[in-house]
Order: sequence, then C-alpha cells, then structure tokens
Amino acid sequence: MTEHQGEASYTPNEMMIIAAARALAGTRTVFVGVGQPNVACNLARRSVAPDLELIYESGVYGAQPQRQPLSIGDPTLISGAASVMPMADLFGLYLQRGLVEVALLGGAQIDRFGNLNTSVIGNYDAPRTRLPGSGGACEIAINAQRVFIIMGLKRRSFVERLDFVTSPGHLTGGNARQEFGMPGGGPQLVITDKALFDFDNAEREMQLVSLYPGVTLEAVRAEMGWQVRQAAALTESQPPTNEELRLLRG
Amino acid sequence: MTDKRVSLQEAIAAYVRDGESVAIEGFTAFICFAAGHEIMRQRRRDLTLIRMTPDLIYDQMIAAGVARKLVFSYLGNPGVGSLHAVNRAIEKGIPAPLEIEEYSHYGMVGRYAAGAARLPFFPLRSYVGSDMPAANNRIKLIDSPYGDGNIAVVPPLNPDVAIIHAQRADQQGNTQLWGLLGVQKEVAFAASKVIVVVEEIVDEAVIRADPNRTLIPGLIVNAVVCEPFGAHPSYVQGYYDRDNDFYLKWDGISRDEAQTHAWLDEWVFGVKDRAEYLRKLGPDALERLKPGAAPASPVDYGAYR
Repeated sequence: MTEHQGEASYTPNEMMIIAAARALAGTRTVFVGVGQPNVACNLARRSVAPDLELIYESGVYGAQPQRQPLSIGDPTLISGAASVMPMADLFGLYLQRGLVEVALLGGAQIDRFGNLNTSVIGNYDAPRTRLPGSGGACEIAINAQRVFIIMGLKRRSFVERLDFVTSPGHLTGGNARQEFGMPGGGPQLVITDKALFDFDNAEREMQLVSLYPGVTLEAVRAEMGWQVRQAAALTESQPPTNEELRLLRG
Repeated sequence: MTDKRVSLQEAIAAYVRDGESVAIEGFTAFICFAAGHEIMRQRRRDLTLIRMTPDLIYDQMIAAGVARKLVFSYLGNPGVGSLHAVNRAIEKGIPAPLEIEEYSHYGMVGRYAAGAARLPFFPLRSYVGSDMPAANNRIKLIDSPYGDGNIAVVPPLNPDVAIIHAQRADQQGNTQLWGLLGVQKEVAFAASKVIVVVEEIVDEAVIRADPNRTLIPGLIVNAVVCEPFGAHPSYVQGYYDRDNDFYLKWDGISRDEAQTHAWLDEWVFGVKDRAEYLRKLGPDALERLKPGAAPASPVDYGAYR
C-alpha cells in the first residue's frame, strides 16, 4: 500500500479505521470485534464518542483499556470495566435484550446484501481454506440494532456469491430480515480502505456513497465482483485530521 | 470433609480416559495448558475435544494426535490468525482426520447452560438466515410453542470431563474466580467429572469470607490441583499476563509440521511436569508477565449472630 500524500500522509488502512471511528459519533454502545474494529472503537471513544461503552463478547461491558488489546479477551479490558460477567449474560441480557446499538463485524467474503462468510473458502465438508467460523458474529448480526462492516476492498472478498453464509445481512434483500423475524436492523455501512457503502435503498443492496480522497470510481469497481450501485449523491470523504492521526498512532 | 488435592498427573490418570469428551474451557483467560500438556504426555487417544475457542492448547493437542473430534465455535489464534495444526487436520487429515461439530459462541454457551441445568435444549435468537444449521443438523429452527414465530435451539452438552483453571480453591474444591468468567460455571455443572486447577489453595475460611466469588462448589468437583502458572501462555487475572509474544510466535511454529513436533518434543514430551516447564521458561520470563496492582475495595458482608 502506498502512502497518500496530502497535508498529512496516511495509509489507506488508517483512513479506514478513522472512517469507522467517525461513523460511531454519538453512539452509546458498541459491540467490538477482534483486530481493526478494536482499534476503531478505542479511537472513537477518545474522539467523536466520549460516552461510548465498549462491549466485548468475552463478557465485558464498559471496558476502558489502558493499552491496545491484542485479543478481545485481554486482561486490560477487565481492569477498570463497568461490568464483567459470564458470557451467558453478555449474549442473553445485553445482546439479545437489544442493548447493543452498533456492532462492528468483518469477514473473508461479503455479498451485495451484506451477508458475511467467516467459515470456509470452498466446500464446507472439504474446504480449500478453513476460516475461524462464527464466534459470536452470527447472533451479533441478527440482534444488534445496527451493523457496520469493516473490510479491505478486495475482489476476492467482495463476491457475487458467498461460499458459505455465516452471519446474515439483508439476506436476499428488501424486507427479508423482517420476514425472518430478526430483531436487529442489519448492515447499515460498509467501511473499506477505499470507499464507504450504505444500504439506503428499498432493495437493501450495498451502494457506493463516498470515495476516499484520491480514490477513483474505477479503482473501486475493479475490486468488486459485481456491478455496484451508486448513491444519487456520491461524495468524497474528508481526509484524516492531524488530531485523528495523532490519537490513532498515539 | 474430603481433601481432594492431588497432583496433575494423578488427576489426569484418574479422570481422563481414552475416547472420552473433554472440555478444557476458559475464554482467552484461564486456559489450563498444564492439563492439556499432561494429557498429551499420558498419550490419551480418540478424545472428543470441546472448547468454544480451541486456541493454541487444542492446536497442540490435535497436532499430537490425541483427538478424533472437535466441538467449537471460533477456530482462530485470537488476535493473531489461524490455528494451523487444526487446519492441517481438517483440510488434509494430518496427523489424522478430524471430525468437527461447529456452533456459534452463543450456541455453545447455550449448550453448556442446557447441559448444566439438565434441559433438553436451549432457545436462542441466532442461526436464522445462516448456513450453519445446514452444516450441522443438531442446530434446529423450531416454531415457538407460544406462537412467536421461529426460534433456534441447540442440544445440551455434557462433557465427560471439564477442566477449569481459576485463581483459588479450598481443598474441597470450592472455587473462586474473577476476571473473564466465560463459561467456567456452566461447563463445570454440565460435566460428569470436574478437575479444578488453581494458582493457590486457600483455607476454607478465605472462601467463606467472600461467597459471592465462589463460582463452582466443591460439591461437583472431583479433584483439586495446585499448579501455579498452569495457564501459561494464557493468563490468570491479577496473577500473570497473557504471553502474547508466544501466541505470535506459535503462528510461525505451527505453520510447519516438523517445527510443531519439534516444539512439542521439547516443551511437552521433553519435560516431566509443569514445574520443569516453568524452570525451562525461566524466572525472568515469568517475572515479565506479572501485572501491577489494582485491588478492589473490600466489601463487608456483615456479621449476623
């Protein structure tokens, strides 16, 4: 990845994390996944969402990590948290109860309706590559009020058809989630290292809404396995501020 | 009252038999590597290994050939990447084919909860719209008997043996734990036999002075083992940190089958017990993992006479 030259230089990956943190502005509770979502949420708490309570599937509500946690079970998430509980309570009383406003998820594959595959590449019974599987993602995708997806934009990831549906998004689109009786609203945003997408149309199909500075429409289309829709008003995202970069790299 | 204290060798020899189902639980924290290594040293075979997150311990045990089946919900090296030895078994049948039974986290939590309370199933809002029920026909979507549409259900899980690591217990097995509670309570009540491994054995009076912290009663515990640093490279809240460097290093070791076996030969089969493993690690390595202090304010239960 080449560094973007601007007022301050930054990597596409840094832009993705900063875009995810910005999207959490005003959010009260967020369900944090492993890896980049972890970084984005910790940045959001120190910038646009000071009241943000971090929820981890390991059984932590209101974590205030004093160091960057490697895993979602890091001991720094426990010391100083508002509550630490059995996982049965976390999934039953917090997630299923509807207390998670936003959940950040990622995946190896995503389709146009925001369905996610984190299980296998190839056939389930004889996989070419075995991936980690659901973890809590399947129930999180069903129960969180809103889902934001963070993934690098790659043709091998943004596919016409998933090898396996681990976590449901908008299924076949339209009102499918409501027909299946899912409590949560499903995917609202896809945050990548090149552009942002939402699902604000009747079909609940992923549509390009914002390009990052210096990224062309062609560069986005080249990394997608289907002809992606475009929002009526396509915008350009603001580059990272010096303050955002300072907090991220801090 | 019975004194249930035994050595780890005695506990594994007495309670873990070939062909049984074994759950060494602990979500990132409290993973009893000491017990896993002893099971390998005692050359158990055909085990069904159960864990929400198989983690490095089952990667090592599957590489060593102790397992025929794996029940799980997240198959990764947390925060690092893949479990390469487990993947070799699933993708290529090395060292032996491995049967898998896969759930989501809440599905596994629910299975333990139903197993613990001796219920026929556990209902949860999950799996609808996912391919997981098609891949595992023990996950079912049923009509709610109260007319509220579909609900997913999972069957109870009752392991033959549960191995629980914790901070402290008394000699009868009343066990106290703080930090990530995970499913330690549910798996203990679900299992037929329970081995508790702790950092410290304390007097019964210490337990009784703080009963809210007792997660597992001695009533359901078969054996109590004192094994300090028994969870390394996993961690025990307040006692030692996770050895993240080792989790990162294992990614390299486990990619290569020969290196994996060389590691097992040196650190598992090449040592007699946990004490020798710790001597080999050295006091400096353990000292580096000691956290600073962050004590809670004492609570007063009150004396009612």
